[in-house]
Order: sequence, then C-alpha cells, then structure tokens
Amino acid sequence: MIELRNINKTFKVARRNAGFGEALKALFRKEYTYIHALKDVTFTIGDGEMVGYIGPNGAGKSSTIKIMSGILNPDSGECIINGLTPWKNRKEHVRNIGVVFGQRSQLWWDVPVIDSFELIRDIYKVDEAVYRRNLDELVEMLDLAEIMRTPARQLSLGQRMRCEIAASLLHDPKILFLDEPTIGLDAVSKIAVRNFIRRINNERKTTVILTTHDMQDIEALTERILLIGKGRILLDGSLSELKKRNSEYRTITLEYSCGEFEEIHGITKQSQINGHAVFSVDTNIITVSDAIAHLSKNADITDISVVGASAEEMVVSLYEEFKI
Amino acid sequence: MKQYLSLFRIRFINSLQYRAAAYGGMVTQFFWGFMTLLLFRAFYKSGAADFPMEFSRLSSYIWLQQAFLTLFMIWYFDMDIFNSITSGNVAYELARPVDLYKMWFTKNVATRLSRATLRSFPILIVAALLPKPYGFSLPYSFTNFAMFLITAVLAFLIVMAFCMLVYISTFYTMSSLGVRIVAAALSDFLTGGIIPLPFLPDNVQRIIGLTPFASMQNLPFLIYSGHIAGAEMFRGIMLQVFWLAALVFIGRLWMNSALKRVVIQGG
Repeated sequence: MIELRNINKTFKVARRNAGFGEALKALFRKEYTYIHALKDVTFTIGDGEMVGYIGPNGAGKSSTIKIMSGILNPDSGECIINGLTPWKNRKEHVRNIGVVFGQRSQLWWDVPVIDSFELIRDIYKVDEAVYRRNLDELVEMLDLAEIMRTPARQLSLGQRMRCEIAASLLHDPKILFLDEPTIGLDAVSKIAVRNFIRRINNERKTTVILTTHDMQDIEALTERILLIGKGRILLDGSLSELKKRNSEYRTITLEYSCGEFEEIHGITKQSQINGHAVFSVDTNIITVSDAIAHLSKNADITDISVVGASAEEMVVSLYEEFKI
Repeated sequence: MKQYLSLFRIRFINSLQYRAAAYGGMVTQFFWGFMTLLLFRAFYKSGAADFPMEFSRLSSYIWLQQAFLTLFMIWYFDMDIFNSITSGNVAYELARPVDLYKMWFTKNVATRLSRATLRSFPILIVAALLPKPYGFSLPYSFTNFAMFLITAVLAFLIVMAFCMLVYISTFYTMSSLGVRIVAAALSDFLTGGIIPLPFLPDNVQRIIGLTPFASMQNLPFLIYSGHIAGAEMFRGIMLQVFWLAALVFIGRLWMNSALKRVVIQGG
C-alpha cells in the first residue's frame, strides 16, 4: 500500500544569463529561483497494482519516484509505504523495494554482471536458496544466460537494461519502481521488457510503478494512469476511461487510384498526398458508415482503415487540455 | 557485516586487475624515493649533526612512505565517489539497505589495500637490497615492529576517516576540485609527506603533533625506525584512538545532515 498525501518539494536553482560579464557577476551575487517540483501530490496505490505515471519532461515524475524510494526528502507532506516513511526509515524501507533508473546503471562497470548480482545478494542478505530460485527464473525470463559472464561495460543498452531489471528483483521486492525502463531500447528489447514486467506483476503480485514517455508501454502494461504536470496530479484514472473521453474521433486513412474528396461538416481532411489521404471524423456529427459512403462517392478507393485515437494522441490532447 | 565484506571483496578484485598501473606506480615510487634520498644526502653532507635523524633511519622512513603511498596519502582519493555524487548516481547507493558511510569507507579501504598489495612488497624488497645507509633496514626492535603494525592500521583508518570528510563536502560544493586540492596540499605537508615532521622547528612540531595529521604516516614510520620508542609510543596510540573516534563521529554526523538535504543531480 502506497499512500502520498500533500507532498511538496521545492528546488533552488541558480540562474544567470549567458556571457562572460554575467558569469563574473554571478561570482559575487547569485540569483536563485525556486522551482516547485511537486505541489500537493496526493494518491494511493494498492498492493499488486500496475500504475503508469506519465507527464512531460520536468513535470515531477522522477522527483516523486525519488521520494517514494527514500532518496529525496520532501519539504512537507506525508508518505507511507507499507507502514514506513521512506526518508525516515530508509534502510528498512528500501529492503522491500526495487528501483530501476533507466538513465543510470547499478551494475559494476568493470566486472561480469554475475559479480554485481552476487554483491546485491549480499547487500540485501538474500537467502542462498531464494537467490538461486530468483536468479534461475530471471535468467530464463530475461534470457540472460549468454550475457551474465560479460562485464557490464561490454553489454549493449538492451542487454544492460535487462540485467538492470533483473538486478532490482533479486531480493523479492514488494514494490518495483521503474523510471523510464524502455528509454533508448529497440523494438525487440522493448517488447521483451514489457512482457517481463507484465509477468512479474501477474505471477509475483509485485506492485509496479512505471514512468515513461512511450505510450505503447502504457497501452501494453497499465490499466491505471496518473498524469502529472507542473508538479500537480492532474488526472488519476483508467486508460479505458481516458479512451472514452476521446472516443468521438476516428481517423480514416484511404488509398485511392483517382477521384476527388469533398470536406463536409464532421469530416476534416488532415492530409492528402499521392493517392493517400487522411481524414478525421467526428462521430457526434456523422457516423463512420456515412462518412465512408460520402468519401467513396467520387473516388476509386483501393484500401481503407478506421482507427480510434492512439494513446499518444490522447496524451497530447490531455497535455493541451491541461496546458502543460 | 557480511554485506560490507562482500563489497570489500568485489572492490578489491576490481582494483587488482589494473596491473599496468601497478607496474608504473612501482617504478615511479622507487625512483621518487631514490631522488628524495639523494637530495637529503646532499644536505647531510654539509653537516649530519644538524639533523634530527640518522640517515639510515631517514632511508627507512622514505622507503616505507613510498611503498605504502596508496595507504597513507590523503590525496589518493576514490574518484568514483566524487563522480557518483556529482552525476547523481548516488541515487542507487541510497536505494540500498546499507549505511552509506560504512559503504564508502569499505570501498576506500578495499581500493587502497589492493593497490598497496601490488606495490608495497616489490618496493620494500628492492630497497632492502640497497647498500647502507640508503637501503631499507630491519625494524629497530621487535616491540617497535609490533607497535608499528598497530599504529599503521590506526593511521590508515584515520586517513580514511579524514578522506570521508572530503567526500561528504562534495554534497555541498558539487565540484570536489577545490576542497581536494587544499586538502591534498595541506595534508601532504602536515603529515610529513614532503619532509618528515622531526625536521620541522620544535614549536611547529608541537602544534602539528596535536592535529590528526601527526597521527597518520608520521607515527608508524618513526616507530619502525626507533625514532619514537618506549612510553611515547603509547601516548601516540592514545592520540590516534582519540582522533579516529573524533573524525568518524564528525563524519557520520555530517553525512546524516548532508543526506537530509541531498539533491540528486540530473533527472
């Protein structure tokens, strides 16, 4: 159980204009601005849930993760995770959580990955039998057998990320924080990582909190999303609810050999190049079948597809709606 | 405890693999020691009676210093720690159920010990083969040798505890360079790294004698050659224990307050 109540965090940031004169001036008098990274952040996450935490860059996602993992002290507010306050009971708290920061590495650079794993085993005092079981399982699920004896510095990003995720699960954490786990990965690695996260959540009932900019991650993994912008929680709901909000629009894509299209009320042309045209249809005004009938009247259509709004578009429209 | 031993092990093994650096270090230290001795020889020639130490004792001091450079020199910092603070990677270390002070302390001890393991004995063996009075001689007495071992361990731990303060200061300054340079320059002089402390004027010696710096390499090296003997050795150990406790206490207190206001750099 994760409970955050009215968490606030402010950072002091030194600012100056460009140039030598400004740099000199800053030697004597620095100007600071205060950035409110988090404002009254409140939410609750139950055991075994999988939550997508989304928002634009600099919205406060990582700060929230850092507070929940005991690394950062908030200015005010309450945070209770499984009965403990992360920054007050750091050592006890972190024993029960796993963290992956997609942009950093927890593996020892110069030694084989397996050495890092064994160090982590000793640091968390994981029982040998439990460690063996977890390791075998993780090696199988993430396909690590080949790469475990390679030094971390010689792994590709995708291989390394798989090892990072395995490293954060060796001690059976109840909660897993993933801060951009798919950043920079190719399609194959992304899918492998996603499948794995889903399996961990299903089989071990691990609570997963995931931040990402990749909406396919969200679509593939999470039922619930938290949207944060400018330090505030703007939306807390399920992906399907969100889809409903955007359900009145459909995108019709056409391939055609010849002919003309005429825009009418409810149908907006988005693009038309070389026999390829895209229209947006507002289903409050015109039904999809009527729209298709209208579009095919004066043209010879060879192919057609109708899709609802993608998660990507929904998020863009959310960002626009909340002006973040 | 096991977690720190394990950390020690991986770090020790990790540092052992830099063999070329070890060979390079050995040769450098050997020549440095040799040059220092030649320099002192020139001074001694003009009147050995003016100096507080016999030349053979000085030779032992210099050779010990060169052989155990990686144990006792303050400026032998662990750059990994500075980098982890400035880059924000310290986040991962804080997300572990370990005490950061103990973890860094262990890491440092391991790095320095593994480097010393590779370098010290070859230097001492070669130095022992040099003709008198330039060579490395046997300890003054058995008691002195035993006391040398005890004070050397304590001195090493004091050096570590002092380095911890420099690491922790990086949480506040963000760039470690300034503090590092000041700490290195001052300590090199005050610990007897440039010239042994007995060569300094009496008043200066008395003041430095009270600081933690005199409890570092100065004490064990002077005990080894017999420059310090008898009851004075025990007084030295008492002072060492005091400084070790004080520096660790200050370091832990400071670390705790630094972590309360720590800002993890970069995203």
